[in-house]
This record gives sequence, C-alpha cells and structure tokens, in this order.
Amino acid sequence: MVLQSSLKNCLQLSCVLRTPKAGFRSTTSGGLIIQSVSNDVYQNLAVEDWIHDHMNLENRQVLFLWRNSPAVVIGRHQNPWQECNLRLLRQKNIKLARRRSGGGTVYHDLGNINLTFFTTRKKYERMENLKVVVKALKALRPQLDVHVTDRYDILLGRQYKISGTAAKLGRTTAYHHCTLLCNADKFVLSSVLKSPYKGLKSNATPSVPASVKNLFEEDPSLTCEMLLDAIAEEYAKQHHIDHHITLINPADEAVLPGINKKTKELQTWEWVYGKTPKFSVSTCFNMVYKDSVLDVKVDMDVKHGRIEVCDIDLPEQWLPPALCSELVKSLTGSKFCPNETTTLATTLLRVCPQDDELHRRWNLLCENMIMLM
Amino acid sequence: VCIHRVRSCSSIHFIKSKYVCVFDKSALKFSHQRRLFRTSAVSCGQIVQFKLSDIGEGITEVTVKEWYIKEGDSVSQFDSICEVQSDKASVTITSRYDGIIRKLHYNLDEIAYVGKPLVDIEIDASKGVAPEEDVVETPPMSHEEHTHQEIKGHKTLATPAVRRLAMENNIKLSEVVGTGKDNRILKEDILNYLAKQTGAILPPSPKAEIIPPLPKSETVPAAPKDKARKIPVPVSRPIVFSGKDKTEPITGFHKAMVKTMSAALKIPHFGYCDEIDLTQLVQLREELKPLAQIRGVKLSFMPFFIKAASLGLLQYPILNASLDESCQNVTYKALHNIGVAMDTEQGLIVPNVKNVQVCSVFEIASELNRLQSLGSAGQLGTNDLTGGTFTLSNIGTIGGTYAKPVILPPEVAIGALGKIQVLPRFNGKGEVFKAQIMNVSWSADHRIIDGATMARFSNLWKSYLENPASMLLDLK
Repeated sequence: MVLQSSLKNCLQLSCVLRTPKAGFRSTTSGGLIIQSVSNDVYQNLAVEDWIHDHMNLENRQVLFLWRNSPAVVIGRHQNPWQECNLRLLRQKNIKLARRRSGGGTVYHDLGNINLTFFTTRKKYERMENLKVVVKALKALRPQLDVHVTDRYDILLGRQYKISGTAAKLGRTTAYHHCTLLCNADKFVLSSVLKSPYKGLKSNATPSVPASVKNLFEEDPSLTCEMLLDAIAEEYAKQHHIDHHITLINPADEAVLPGINKKTKELQTWEWVYGKTPKFSVSTCFNMVYKDSVLDVKVDMDVKHGRIEVCDIDLPEQWLPPALCSELVKSLTGSKFCPNETTTLATTLLRVCPQDDELHRRWNLLCENMIMLM
Repeated sequence: VCIHRVRSCSSIHFIKSKYVCVFDKSALKFSHQRRLFRTSAVSCGQIVQFKLSDIGEGITEVTVKEWYIKEGDSVSQFDSICEVQSDKASVTITSRYDGIIRKLHYNLDEIAYVGKPLVDIEIDASKGVAPEEDVVETPPMSHEEHTHQEIKGHKTLATPAVRRLAMENNIKLSEVVGTGKDNRILKEDILNYLAKQTGAILPPSPKAEIIPPLPKSETVPAAPKDKARKIPVPVSRPIVFSGKDKTEPITGFHKAMVKTMSAALKIPHFGYCDEIDLTQLVQLREELKPLAQIRGVKLSFMPFFIKAASLGLLQYPILNASLDESCQNVTYKALHNIGVAMDTEQGLIVPNVKNVQVCSVFEIASELNRLQSLGSAGQLGTNDLTGGTFTLSNIGTIGGTYAKPVILPPEVAIGALGKIQVLPRFNGKGEVFKAQIMNVSWSADHRIIDGATMARFSNLWKSYLENPASMLLDLK
C-alpha cells in the first residue's frame, strides 16, 4: 500500500485539523479525501464514528477510503447468529463487527474497498454518491456494464452485485458508506455468510442474499489501488478540490482525540453481541449415545445477547433432574456464548457425583448445546 | 445556583447522546426563561407531542429499532431518544426539548410515520414550545467565538444554560475542561473553572487545548481490570465526584467461580510450602528450548513441573484421589489429568492435560501449547475442562512468592508456583552462589491427606526438579 508517504501525510492531516486557517475552516475548500492506513475493521469503524461525532461538515464533505483484513460486518439492528456462521468465524479467526449504520451483513477482506461519504444531514444523498462511483468506474474502464439499482446496490452486467450500501443519520451529520468488490475471496464470503443456526425467530433486520462478482473477474487488470484512485479523482472533480488523498492513522490520538475509546467500544461483547434485538431459539437435536438416539428439545429467549429464559427437554432420567435444573439456572442470565456455557457446564460437573457415565452424558449434552451458539 | 439545571446535567450521564450545540436566539430565550422559573416545582407542565421529523430522500415511514429512554425519564435537548431504521439507513432521533418523557407512541419494531407524534414530552408550562424548524445553523463568527468553537476539529459541547453561565462569567468555553460525555462541558465544569480562577495571577492563555476528560464509569461494563481512574482532589474547592455504585448480577465466569469456590469451602484445607532450587532446571530448559522450537513447540517450565508432579503421584496416589459426597469412600484415580490454571480475558479457567503418566515432557509441552491457544481464543471444549484430578497454578508468571491456593473439587490437592527469583544461597562447600529459587505452596484436603504425605510428595517433586537427571531414572 501507500505506506512510505504515510508519515508525511499523517502529519499533514494533523496540521490540517489543528490550524484554523487551513482545510476545515476555509469556505472555499469543498471536500476532503482521506484514506486509512489500518486494516483493522474496528479502528476504521471508529474513524467513521469520530468524523460523524466531531467534524463540522457545514462547508466541507469528506470521503473516507478504507479496507479491512478478513471480517464480517453486520448492520446495527441485525442478529449475528442469523446472519453468519459464527463457528466458522471463530475457527478461521475472522473478526465480527457491528457497525452503527443500518442495512445487511457484508464480508470484508483486502479485496474489498469501503467508501464512506460524510455530509451534513441536509446534504445526505445516496444516489448522488453512488453515481460518483459508477462514473469513476466507467472513466476507468468504459466497457464496464455497471449501474445503480433503486435499492442502492451497484450491479455488474445487470446481474451481479458488486456493491452494497448502508447509512447513518445523526442530528446534524450523516454518512453513507458502501462496499466495492474488487478481488475478494468469494469462497470464504459465501461460506461465512451462511448461518447454520436453526430455529431462530427474531425481528432483526434480515440480509437479502445476492449473487456477487468481483470486478477483477470482469477485468483482471483492475486492482484495489486503481479503483480507489479513480473514485478519489471523480470525487475531487465533483467537489472542485485537489485530487489529493490524505492518509490517516486510526490509532493516532493526537489527530483524532478519543478515537481509541471508540475503537474499544466497538470491540466489546456488549456492542457486537449485546445489541442484538431480542430473539428466541426453538430447536431440537439428536444425540447418539451408545446405540440409542435421544431427542432433545431446547427453547431459549435471548435478550441483549443474554439467555433470559431457558428450557431443556430431555428424555426422563437420562441425566439427574437436579443437575439439569442447575444447568438451566446457571445458563439463565449468562451470555448466549459457547465459552461461557462451557465454563458453567464444566463447573457444575465439579459438584456432582463423580461418575464417568454421568460425565460422558453431560459432556455430550453440553457439546450439543454449545453448537447452538 | 440553579438546582434544576444540575438535575438535568446529571441525567446526561445516563442518557446516550451526541449533539452539536448551536447558538441561536430562540435557544437563548429558552434557557433564559428557564432560569427565571427555576425554583418552581415541575409538576403539571405542558405536554408537547414531539413529531418524527423528515428523514430525507422522501422517506415517510421508518421502523423503531431501539428506545434509549422510557416513560418517566428526564431528557435534555439533543439527548438521543431512539434509533429508527429505514431502508438500510439507521437514524438517531434526538430530543428537541428538555423535559420528562410521558408517552412513547410506538413499541419496538413498529412502523413510525414522519410528521406523526413519536413521543410526548412534558415541559415546564412557562417555557413555551421551541420553534418547529430545524435548529441547525451556520455558526456565527467573531464575538460569538466563546459559544461555538472548534479546536483540533473538536466542537465544544455544552447546553444553552451552561453557555449562558460561561458568558455571564466571561469564560471562554475552550479553556474549560469538559468532563461530561463526549467532552461535554457541564455546569460543574464551569464552577470548577471559576473556583480555580480565584487566586490565578496570569490570565488564561488564548490557545488552551482541550485535555482529554477523565474516563467515566457509566459506559461499557466490560473490563473490570481497567486503568485506575485518577480523581484529582484540589485543596480549596468542594469535591465534585459524580461516580455511583454499580450493581450487576453475577453471570458467566464469575458465576462459575462462585459455584466452584463455594463447594471448595467444604474442604478443610491445610497448607505446606517450600522453596525449590531450579538452577539446574533453568540451564536444562535453555538447552532444550531450541530443540522444541524446531519441532514447533514452545517449551516453558510447566511441562517439567507437571511431569515431576505425575512421577510424585505414582508414589503418593492419595493426592490424585477423590472423596465422595458422604466422605465414606475415596477413589484413587488411575489417570493423572493435571489441571493448569489459566488466566484469560474473561476470567479463570482450568483445562487439564490428560494422561500425564504416559506422556513425555515434550508431549505435555505440545498439549499445553494447544490448550493455551484455545484458552486465549475462548474455544476450549468441555473435554479439556473436565476430568481433572490434580492442579497446578503458575501464579508466578504474574508475580508473587507464596500463595494459599484453593482446592478445586472433586480434587484433593493443588499447588501454586511463585516466581523464579535469583537469590543468594550456600552450596555444599559453604560458598555463596547465585541460585534460581522458586516457591511452591501446596494445599491439601485434610480429611484424607496428612501433613507427612504432603511433605514427602513435595520433597520428591522438589528432588526431581532440583536434579532433573534423576527424573530419567523414573520416567515411564
């Protein structure tokens, strides 16, 4: 990436932000293009928050360019259990983030670019922004068949989605961000965005699945850098500003005071999972144990990511009822999370009769319960 | 002093809000009127229907996704009321008025209509209703500088009443440290600033920068081991501390610990401590570390401690036993599943290495690596966390010398290892030499273990570690 000049440009930005004369105060300058030097999804989302909360966008609009290492990003009001394969995410060490804008779930990796258009609330206009993107693409490769739909998607060849959109509106400022698939791993994308969890009922915003395609597949000469540059150029033209991209370091407290606190908040369990709208899990599974198959029915209500109500229906006497009710009691109020459930379940084993048979059955039940999370 | 104002200010702490303060005449009139009537009881105020304002792009309906307030809550102007969603856009709706929420017109997930009432707010009868148009305006320049300022791209946030107070006292908002949410300047901050000024010789410098505020406790309850909050206590002014006690239910890891330790209470513990000279072991490990590295395994001291413990348990199997509920029978466990206490982000977990009695030191090290990476990722399975028969806790990696570990039922013994220190000791010839000393603290169940057994086991374990070559004789 453009990391050599990063130091120089980062300093430039801090000067721009500090000096009252340059950049932000000037009424002649109509825009600013910044690019993140970080690939951390939480840091980059924090930059969006920071600009949304702290920058005066009255006379100046901002375009923020960013890319992330593999991550799944869900919308503000979505349910991660409904949207993606959390087990797979954990296995592959793919991060999960919840953004503050609405909309559906997307998969990010370095082959996907993110664009955020910051304006005042009055100047919030998504179609215009997407037209800038399309114009840039067509300027770069005139033969590309790309257009914007009325759902604010960008389609390639009238068929494949290459960009999705979401937006956040505050009291005085707003931002519209969108993705653009250049060369992302479609195989990982489709496998992580498929939820294996059954029996979920919720009012969370569902995602609308779509067939996707990389621009790279259409034209192998295209790279992310070229796309970023083309879009920056078109944006600069539209806003009558210099085609100059200022690099920004999302960990720099001097330039962005308070940014690290925002980054931390986006990483907390309370934000990522705890903000899930209330949902219920009503499912059953089979357990194979020593030549017999057992039916287990589980009903749970989850609010703020925690188990509010829990009911486990097992074949009678397969496990001591006292132990089962202890499990239910322990789980109630705990996070709907495999790690916590494992800890609680294994702790309960310490205080019950030390019987290998019991332990085996218990572990089997708990392993299955954890699969639901 | 405006009592009513202070009440509203403290409510800001609890209501999530982000706003930009704008100076305009109506807002000034608003706060001015409020000050005149500040001492009157706020009971039967006027109920104003706050309507959902235009979202833009011709949108007429939205879905209510989250309420930030409930009926009966106090709100200030610009506090967040709710989050609504429309067609991939999430919108934060903020209050136009100060007052008390009297009615929410929609439940979660219901459709709300632009132009229709969203909430009913009760405001002071005397105040009158603020103008309907949007209050956002281009900030005026020059002499209004103290009401709306930008420093480092940072807007100074303060309610109209706070701004008025600053203006009346000729205070520049840029010089006041805001301690409210989002660096907001609260009335207390103006008062504190005033208090500091009495006795100040030099006038405040015009280019004062905003100092990052003290972190407040009302946000995210995530990390309990947060950085210590420094609360400066100046000499002359009254202490303004707005922290409050926070009560939350015990769940998850803490709940597990409560259960385990409560059960452990039933066990009569006795302790036995000793010091181990690890000088030879330190040298041995240095030699073996690169060999293990080649095989892709990180070799710490724990595999040696664990293997030596297992060798000791072969001689003293009662330490690897379990007492039943009624204390009628003791079961000697065949497998040595040695637990290793692990400190993770969420709390204490104790996975165990299975079958140590038939594992080599290298195999133990490899297994420990696996458990450690799973543990830090929060992905340990039930099998790894159950079936332990004996536990070691290496608290020394964090610090400490002697400890008093608590036995984890259904086990009967546990050892806590302190840190390795370089200390002077006498050798056989009476000379002082540099020794690598580690302390061990054992706890055992006195119902079936006696002091002599514990001491002999410890001595054996110690001898293996002080002279690692002797382990070779008994390795299986």
